[in-house]
Amino acid sequence: MSANNASDLPKVSDRLAYNAMRNWKERLIEALLLGAAAVSVMTTLGIVYVLVSESIQFFSNVSIVDFLTDTQWTPLFDDAHFGIMVLISGTLVSSLVALLVAIPMGTIIAIYLSEFANAKVREIAKPILELLGGIPTIVFGYFALLVVTPILQYIFPSLPGFSLLSAGLVMGIMIVPYIASLSEDAMRAVPMSMREGAYAMGSTKLYTAIHVVVPAAVSGLAASYILAISRAVGETMILAVAAGMQPNLTWNPMEPAATITSYIVQVALGDLPHGSIGYQTIFAAGLTLLLITLIFNILGQWLRAKYRETY
Amino acid sequence: MQIHDHPQLKAEARNLNFYYGEAKALKNINMPIYDKKVTALIGPSGCGKSTYLRSFNRMHDLYPGNRYEGEIRFFPDNTNLLSPDVDPIEVRMRVGMVFQKPNPFPKSIYENVAYGLRVRGENNRRVLDDKVEQALRGAAIWDEVKDRLQDLASNLSGGQQQRLCIARALATDPELLLFDEPTSALDPIATGAIEELVHELKKRVTILIVTHNMQQAARVSDYTAYMFLGEMIEFGKTDEIFIKPQDKRTEDYITGRMG
Repeated sequence: MSANNASDLPKVSDRLAYNAMRNWKERLIEALLLGAAAVSVMTTLGIVYVLVSESIQFFSNVSIVDFLTDTQWTPLFDDAHFGIMVLISGTLVSSLVALLVAIPMGTIIAIYLSEFANAKVREIAKPILELLGGIPTIVFGYFALLVVTPILQYIFPSLPGFSLLSAGLVMGIMIVPYIASLSEDAMRAVPMSMREGAYAMGSTKLYTAIHVVVPAAVSGLAASYILAISRAVGETMILAVAAGMQPNLTWNPMEPAATITSYIVQVALGDLPHGSIGYQTIFAAGLTLLLITLIFNILGQWLRAKYRETY
Repeated sequence: MQIHDHPQLKAEARNLNFYYGEAKALKNINMPIYDKKVTALIGPSGCGKSTYLRSFNRMHDLYPGNRYEGEIRFFPDNTNLLSPDVDPIEVRMRVGMVFQKPNPFPKSIYENVAYGLRVRGENNRRVLDDKVEQALRGAAIWDEVKDRLQDLASNLSGGQQQRLCIARALATDPELLLFDEPTSALDPIATGAIEELVHELKKRVTILIVTHNMQQAARVSDYTAYMFLGEMIEFGKTDEIFIKPQDKRTEDYITGRMG
């Protein structure tokens, strides 16, 4: 009963016959899609390659121990020090201030939009909120420097003209739309049947939102927070404009300080000779930044996998 | 409608109409719900039986544009559940519901059952422990979960989840329990367990159950109502409805000529 022999098979209709043209088109489209995907992957790999290779040069001149433990960052001085903690402290403090603003505010807005606002309010409010995410960060930077800092100085007269606090607060406002929008999507994805179950037990809207919808959407909320952290850690212009750029090892948000990103802007704008140690610090700092974001992203993936809710 | 003996009334729909926006989904329904009995609602898809069921705990209030007319009287206090003066949350405190698809909350087994008690402000650990155990026993799932009360409810099987949802509803001692096709997502064994449970539960609580499965209606219910196109066609004792229906349309549906 072998049907392998082609002559044994009944003749197929034209419609079912092998279509060489269709096959060729499929392949073309596949190649285009693969190409598009490859561009972004190759770009990422290229960035990592450049950062790592230049950093290797840097670490052949400066020991990793010094890099991590030195308390000064003065790469362009005669007495050069390369303590990255100085920049990390500025980055973490400003990010923390930003997240303290953005996470509560963004989550509350998301709860309101998803659980309380009627369709009309949501349709108007959400695009406006997302517009806030489209404002160039340089504008936020000057807003921090020229509006928020004077207001804060009115409350805290000792606050200097540049501070992590002011930059961090405005950075938080900038991040709010990201958290609000993504968290709202996550909460809206919670099936209505779960809300109905909660309402049927006699719970109020607020009780349902806090005790049922938020726990059900927790993996989506975590994802939005992780994105927010990445945005805060990587934010550049607001900090360059409003936080001052002097390296300063401090955990006090009331002080000015440089962050990893604002240092890179500052140095990259100067005329450093290619291959000099100052030039290499850009890549070492960039690699550090990449590693920090990578750690948060992995942490976020892990959290999402751990708390993934199946409906 | 020929009811010769009259058990006590738990609820009664009087001239009940319901509108989804402009569309009239329930047409002048009059029907008694007898205390500590199981009443089944049968009828083809779209006949309004779920709509009717969901009027009893004011679920329609959750969505804009829905409108009730008429009354659902609730006894012994003779409250009109549909009155605008009656808070739907108060209604839901007295009328529990089990849904078509098990919908446990993203919490532990224990917290799922304790949910309604916590909503009512009960936070005493001893009281909660007692009531949770009672409810889980009442829903015939205690033996399966007593050693894993802190596990996530979503780890249970579908049939267990549905019994957990029943336990969740029972924990707050509802007077009326609504079942909206509670076994349509379950296999025959899990279905059997739920049916047995319904039979057991009617000792303590009045039950109104929507079902697509006529054998199920015949097995579990004392009274049956046949609905068609938003109207209540026939209501009576289950035996009478299934053995000698009065209305031709009921007979057609029951004998499988329609639906």
